[in-house]
Amino acid sequence: MESRSGHLAWLPHLILIAGLLLVGFPIYVTFVGSTLTTPEILSGHMSLLPGGHLVENYLEALTQGMPQLSGVPVGRLLLNSLVMALTIALGKMVISFLSAYAIVFFRFPGRMVCFWMIFLTLMLPVEVRIVPTFQVTANLGLIDSYGGLAIPLIASATATLLFRQFFLTVPDELIEAARLDGAGPLRFLKDVLLPLSSTNLAALFVILFVYGWNQYLWPLLVTNTASMTTLVVGIKSMLTVDANTPWHLVMAMAILAMVPPAAVVLLMQRWFVKGLVDSEK
Amino acid sequence: MQRRVVFDGKLLPMLLVAPQLAVTLVFFFWPAAEAVYFSTQAQDAFGLSTEFVGLDNFRAVFADPAYLHSLGVTAVFSVSVTLLAMLPALLLAVMADRVVRFAAVYKTALMLPYAVAPAIAGVLWLFLFAPGIGIVANMLRWLGIDWNYVLNGDQALLLVIVAAAWKQLSYNFLFFLAGLQAIPKSLLEAASIDGAGGFHRFRTVVLPLLSPTTFFLFVVDVVYAFFETFGVIHAVTGGGPSKATEILIYKVYYDGMVGLDLGGSSAQSVILMVIVIALTAIQFRYVERKVHY
Repeated sequence: MESRSGHLAWLPHLILIAGLLLVGFPIYVTFVGSTLTTPEILSGHMSLLPGGHLVENYLEALTQGMPQLSGVPVGRLLLNSLVMALTIALGKMVISFLSAYAIVFFRFPGRMVCFWMIFLTLMLPVEVRIVPTFQVTANLGLIDSYGGLAIPLIASATATLLFRQFFLTVPDELIEAARLDGAGPLRFLKDVLLPLSSTNLAALFVILFVYGWNQYLWPLLVTNTASMTTLVVGIKSMLTVDANTPWHLVMAMAILAMVPPAAVVLLMQRWFVKGLVDSEK
Repeated sequence: MQRRVVFDGKLLPMLLVAPQLAVTLVFFFWPAAEAVYFSTQAQDAFGLSTEFVGLDNFRAVFADPAYLHSLGVTAVFSVSVTLLAMLPALLLAVMADRVVRFAAVYKTALMLPYAVAPAIAGVLWLFLFAPGIGIVANMLRWLGIDWNYVLNGDQALLLVIVAAAWKQLSYNFLFFLAGLQAIPKSLLEAASIDGAGGFHRFRTVVLPLLSPTTFFLFVVDVVYAFFETFGVIHAVTGGGPSKATEILIYKVYYDGMVGLDLGGSSAQSVILMVIVIALTAIQFRYVERKVHY
């Protein structure tokens, strides 16, 4: 152990607590806002302790139609976000797993072309080619559909490269053993490779779910009707230009938009940190 | 790197890559090619016909004072976000690496903003700083500071910088902490025995060993500030007041989707592509070198 002078032992804790306050304060104030009424928030001296309207605010947000969202309740946006995030996460995992498997475990014509095509997509985030991607999606009739929300964001390579990296570490003996047992490539995929990859899959799920859930620019463009938009995008429509912003509902929406991705990160913390640090470096 | 032992067959692997290839072709290569194509075309006012104009759109973009202004805003924004997201994260990671008690609590709490969408981070900070409503805004007013980011461009820029950096802090923290924990304790002990004090030890042993992480995070944070902060800007300021917070990615969106200037917006897209390709190439070159040594 590092030697340390005892009288300074509290300093790291002090700095870390300051860090926690910095991280926690905006979230806490938002939570407090979601338990008050809008007049209480607008009064100019908002309480720093939660008020008594927690249940009714969240119920109002989830179930009642919002005029700012053309009469759609926030519950619907929550569902859209969930469908989009899950489709992106699971879709990306499936197509990446399969293509990485093909590239690593087979020699087939065009293999390197496939690899480089997939690799190139790392270079350009969707934000950069946003207008033409929107046009392609519109031409395919995917505006205001779950397919339009999710599929264009599935086309990226990070997951493929991660799986490729991992598959290359799988010992050759495993393939030979599987062959001796008479197992074909699909059997090997299902019974050997899939269980071996469970940690990677879990880590990737967290990262991709958060990625999908937090999207903003893409769902903003690809949805025109309020009933198809996501929670993260819908919150902006609630911030009206005039002074009629229903702040208690905006704050409830903000909390609702934070809880699912935060829960996924917290519940799968161990895999998430491992997956994040391993995949990016 | 290649495998020695592989499966036979040609059709099966092609079927397995087909889904990813299809999505990539339709939603990646096609739009990217269109962006390049449209960047060389001019459209008439009614969008009825287009004409090849070579590099005119690029010349127009670089001659446009609004674009140069946006370039300046982006530079200030991305440098500030990167510094503000990295320095506190490094300090917090060094501290978290040092404590034993409550280490897991600190780590868990500090990683939370990772899960928050940039747009939601923007709304959280907006709520603190909204004039007349926000707790911090009222405090500033009470202190005699005339805080109104809706009218004051510098204040608006400051607000989106803080919100964007806050969101990225946890990502940097996790990587710095992982980097610190990978440093062999024996090295630090050796430095200790040589009589190096805490700060000296940090500067001469820890910081050099942490430089790969720092460089990696620097590139990631710049890319983040350039491309992923759209939500913060759109939700909090809408690029205003009077374009004070209009970063490049916002301008591409605004000119293309609101202003319907397809040629100009595509030219801007292509410029951004070049920037991001350069950043990624730097990162890969560097990572590759690290793998070799």
